Amino acid sequence: MEKLKGIAASGGIAAGKVMLYRASGKTAEKRTIEDVSAETARLDAARAKALSDLNSIYLKSLKLVGEEDSMIFQIHKMMMEDEDYYGSIKSKITKGKVCAEYAVQATGDEFAEKFANMDSEYMRGRKTDVIDISKRLIRCLTGETGEGGLSGIKEPCIVAAEELTPSETIGVDKSKILSIITKNGSKSSHSAILSRTMGIPSVVGLSDAFASVADGMEVIVDGSEGAVITEPSEETLELYRKKEQGYTEYRRDLEKLAGEEAVTKDGRRMRVNANIGSPSDVGDALRNGADGIGLFRSEFLYMKHEALPTEDEQFAAYREVLEKMDGRPVIIRTLDIGADKKVPYLNLPKEENPALGYRAIRICLDRRELFRTQLRALMRASAYGTLLIMFPMIISVSEIREAKKELENVKAALKKENIPFDPGVKAGIMIETPAAAVQSGEFAHEADFFSIGTNDLTQYTLAADRMNDKISAIYDQRHPAVLKLIEYTVGNAKKAGITAGICGESAADTGLTEFYLKIGVDELSVAASSILEVKKKALSTDLRQ
Amino acid sequence: MVSFEYKITNGTGLHARPAGMLVKTAQSCTSKITVSGNGKSADATKLFAVLGLNTKSGDVISFSISGKDEEGDRRKIEAFCKENL
Repeated sequence: MEKLKGIAASGGIAAGKVMLYRASGKTAEKRTIEDVSAETARLDAARAKALSDLNSIYLKSLKLVGEEDSMIFQIHKMMMEDEDYYGSIKSKITKGKVCAEYAVQATGDEFAEKFANMDSEYMRGRKTDVIDISKRLIRCLTGETGEGGLSGIKEPCIVAAEELTPSETIGVDKSKILSIITKNGSKSSHSAILSRTMGIPSVVGLSDAFASVADGMEVIVDGSEGAVITEPSEETLELYRKKEQGYTEYRRDLEKLAGEEAVTKDGRRMRVNANIGSPSDVGDALRNGADGIGLFRSEFLYMKHEALPTEDEQFAAYREVLEKMDGRPVIIRTLDIGADKKVPYLNLPKEENPALGYRAIRICLDRRELFRTQLRALMRASAYGTLLIMFPMIISVSEIREAKKELENVKAALKKENIPFDPGVKAGIMIETPAAAVQSGEFAHEADFFSIGTNDLTQYTLAADRMNDKISAIYDQRHPAVLKLIEYTVGNAKKAGITAGICGESAADTGLTEFYLKIGVDELSVAASSILEVKKKALSTDLRQ
Repeated sequence: MVSFEYKITNGTGLHARPAGMLVKTAQSCTSKITVSGNGKSADATKLFAVLGLNTKSGDVISFSISGKDEEGDRRKIEAFCKENL
């Protein structure tokens, strides 16, 4: 028995026999030919067949994994039709008088070599695509039927391969494959994506440990942990069987909660929202039953661009999120960057102490044009859903007043220009500095809502840098000082009649859910993948006890 | 002939997906379109050649476009770049 560590690519547990998969590595034989035109005609016919096969695979893949991950087969078609590639094959046939199979293989190797020598990992990965299309063309020439790949598997097994090409993975029959493990690859490689979509456990990137896996060997794959256990003992097997059963039941039960509200046994309701970083995260949030968006970090708009994003670019992104959320509340946080979250074109000088430096609202109130553009984009988008605006890094009343004044100016300007917006948009603040928590009584009269950012609040309260591994034990989100500040802040929000939410890592800490419910927190905002766990915890809590 | 330069800002450069889309766009143009970057040049209608430029985010690529409707094609390619690269 041996435990091999790899990368956890798709969760779940599987046990069974290994089928060591070697892509049909048959090398084409070099035959000399006489009739050049007959040979090129064979090649043309094979390519036509290959292109039509690729088209049906594309359509099949479209249904299975969606457009984004199916695009690869369109790329394969274009590669197959590429003049340089096809021309090279033809010239080998006409000039070298070799059979088409050999010409395809030689050309494939040459092109693969070019990619293999490139300096980017992404481009090196394209080698797999060239090999994939060349193999396909050879199969069409030899009249081999089927997709080759994994489609020929008869008995349910665990597929072990060095690497799988996109075509090999799409041929998979879900009922025959218990799990996929590979030597190479990463979380974003094709077999990993496909495994996740099909819901089969997978471990990739086993690298040297892969050598310990042999054909026909009994193994356990723990896709959540990223481990492969070879020749497990009966006890271990039993242990994992239980774990597997538990995992399946757990997931099934959790997924049932997506449509439910988080209400405690004694009837206290709490909203569970999602934190998102870009419009593309909304799908996940909705699938997991988010009641709203509790934190939309607007930074992505600024970090992916070469220059400041225009008002229209921002408007489009905000509007997309609001429309997709279909009336559910969406809290968008205004720009929260600084020396630690770099935006090169702003030319912010390097700081000794970026966490305590020129950042977030401090930048916005200093560079008003930048702030105004964002507020305009936000207000224009407000016409398309339920928007709430949130200002980060607040330490004083004057900052809230200044930010709100700017917002009022923007509203007045939009009104003049006859641009529609929602006049009732709420403007709230992040409570993430001890200063804000301590003054939350006063702030509650200035802001429409509070959202407690526990990551920074912990870091500032405990004077513990959360990026510093050496003091990670000191950086404790459950430290009494942090919890007291949270309780005090929520209490002040209640008194003033405004809502209080928690965003930040510790909102997802189910060990704190009961505490939050007890002190009267109205909403928690967590990563989409944590929503169901938090709901489950709230549903099983009884505050009377 | 008309030409323009474009600085790539997407994460992975002119990788398979955008390269494929660029080739499709170039094929829909009537002009002859050459794309250069990294000290190499490629016919923009050929996928392997375009991939062979091995560009990364931050690289500047340049297009030269010649044909009857070169101005229209330039706009088409430029719009494509802004949208996808």
